[in-house]
Amino acid sequence: MAGLTTSDALIQVTGLRKAFGTTLVLDGVDLSIRAGEAVGLLGPNGAGKTTLLKILATVARPTRGAARIAGHDCAREAERVRGLVGLVAHGTHLYDDLTALENLKFWRRFAGERPDPEALQGALAQVELDDCADVRVRTFSAGMKRRLSLARMLLARPRVLLLDEPFSSLDQGARKWLEQYLHAFTAGGGAILMATHAFGRELDVAERLVILANGRIIADTPRGTLGAEEIHRLYALHTEDAS
Amino acid sequence: MTRWLGVVAMLGVLAGLVMAFLVAPREMTQGNVQRIMYVHVPAVWVAYLAFLVVLLGSVAYLWSRAPAADRTAHAAAEVGVVFLGVNIATGAIWGKPTWGTWWTWDARLTSVAVVFVIFIGYLLVRQMTDDPERGARFAAVVGIVGALNIPLVHFSVYWWRTLHQPPTFAKPGPAAASSAIGAALLVNFVGLLLLCAYFIAKRYDLLRAQQEATA
Amino acid sequence: MTFVRRAWAVVWKDVLAERRSKETVNAVLFFSVLLLFVFEFTLGADRDRLASVLPGLLWLGVLLAALLGLGRSFVLERENECWEALLLTPGDKSAVYVGKLAGNLLLMALVEAVVLTLFTLFMNVDVGRALPGLLLVLALGTLGIAAVGTLFGAMTAHVRARELLFPVLLLPVLVPVLLAIVKSTEALLAGEPLGVVSHWLKLLVAADVIYVVVGLLTFDVLLEG
Repeated sequence: MAGLTTSDALIQVTGLRKAFGTTLVLDGVDLSIRAGEAVGLLGPNGAGKTTLLKILATVARPTRGAARIAGHDCAREAERVRGLVGLVAHGTHLYDDLTALENLKFWRRFAGERPDPEALQGALAQVELDDCADVRVRTFSAGMKRRLSLARMLLARPRVLLLDEPFSSLDQGARKWLEQYLHAFTAGGGAILMATHAFGRELDVAERLVILANGRIIADTPRGTLGAEEIHRLYALHTEDAS
Repeated sequence: MTRWLGVVAMLGVLAGLVMAFLVAPREMTQGNVQRIMYVHVPAVWVAYLAFLVVLLGSVAYLWSRAPAADRTAHAAAEVGVVFLGVNIATGAIWGKPTWGTWWTWDARLTSVAVVFVIFIGYLLVRQMTDDPERGARFAAVVGIVGALNIPLVHFSVYWWRTLHQPPTFAKPGPAAASSAIGAALLVNFVGLLLLCAYFIAKRYDLLRAQQEATA
Repeated sequence: MTFVRRAWAVVWKDVLAERRSKETVNAVLFFSVLLLFVFEFTLGADRDRLASVLPGLLWLGVLLAALLGLGRSFVLERENECWEALLLTPGDKSAVYVGKLAGNLLLMALVEAVVLTLFTLFMNVDVGRALPGLLLVLALGTLGIAAVGTLFGAMTAHVRARELLFPVLLLPVLVPVLLAIVKSTEALLAGEPLGVVSHWLKLLVAADVIYVVVGLLTFDVLLEG
């Protein structure tokens, strides 16, 4: 799509519903995120955060409604969307028996490219893993694996990052690194939707907060306006309302 | 609409019974038990037609993701398995008094048994997948492989049994010439086909009601 | 030819990972040797009877070992949580099927070489003149087994009780291929020329074409979450 201005929505969700058998997980979600925006997605467990991310990532299909990335429908134009989106979720997407460099090499080759060794080393350097290039991923800490996943992402150059609890099990150093990376990403014109159920410093990355409960959005405000107690109260209100 | 189909099916089955018991001749050596053939033989033809429906429904589902196509394939697979079960059971009932055993490994029975197990697998895949939509996709793939496999099963089992090895039992079945027998088979085939269509329609309605209750 | 490059990447990755962990190959080879002992203990007393069922045993051995190996086609993806990532990388997903199929063919070729060698040595099977025909039967039959095995392996990776469902789905579907290879092997080992089993070979070719085409066309549907 030529000529996308920063005011056009990079992520657009309208009337999204998702049912797994008899359970309704998403019940009419509307959301719009522009290029350069980072949005924090909050909500109690089971609210549907992971499902929303999966639909946007084209891993799952909606039951009703639409999800679009840069104007392309996630269900009908899945392959186009996959080239634009990077998903960082619970799975590391890394093969334990391969080294860091081999993992990057595999994923680039699988994407159809002839990987340039310098580019691979460069990506490793950017995530500060260049001295572990020939070390098997099995020995990596959680933080290192997360960084390697992001290196893989760097090489794919997505325009949208979908993150599910990206800061979990990271040490101080890795957290700082990730914050800087995400800031740089939005500064470069990308959009971020980050799901989390913690209230700590992770939220500083996001300038806007969206709260999901019982499959619906119950709040969508700039970050500063909601304090932690306020958010807890909203959770409590809406999970009691379940019946 | 389904009710009319049911009525017509009932009439067809009754007509078939009349043909089998009153019109068709009594077999000389086996006696009346041979009349079970009039259910045994058409049942397998009807089942294979049902599996053809499974093939078409499965392809249609993978192409369009329309739930109706999946329901059709699902219903047809269930009914097809039932009719194959009838074929196997009637074969056993016929076989015991006639040849002294419940089962033989002759070509027809064996190939029916293999196809039966293949489509039991189709139903199992659905049951053992947690997400029903995913189960439908998996079943569609199994349905396509299973249905396309049917002619391969037939030929391979037939060659296995008839080449290098004389058949153990005289092949059961009517002499080609008798028209009353042929007519009885045909009427029973049509009757069972209508019954099969009725069951599939009923099962389809049930599946749709189930799915709409949860939407 | 990006499709080939992508399929090749999958093979390369699987071979590399397997070379390092050696899990699947070791288990399957060890299992094959064990089977040899089981066959000898249960049937070995009567050498004539053993000789007559040898083609069936040979293929039973290959099949059981294959069942073990093919069921693990996607264990790497499952254990390393890479399934999603395969789906999310843009490109024709049937490249994964081709890559996995190629990897499985390599595994099965290894198993067959071992089983055939063990049988020749320990069961006194004279393969000799029948070898070229036998290799053709082997190649066609293995392709059929691996084609369906890879497809169903992808499916059962996501199912409860996958160790149970995989053989239940695979074995009945493989009956035609099994009959074809056992009967052909029997005839070839008895000294018959290849022409005698031409109908079986045609069946194998038909089966292979059907299974591979269905695999190529439907694989991406199995990858979806």
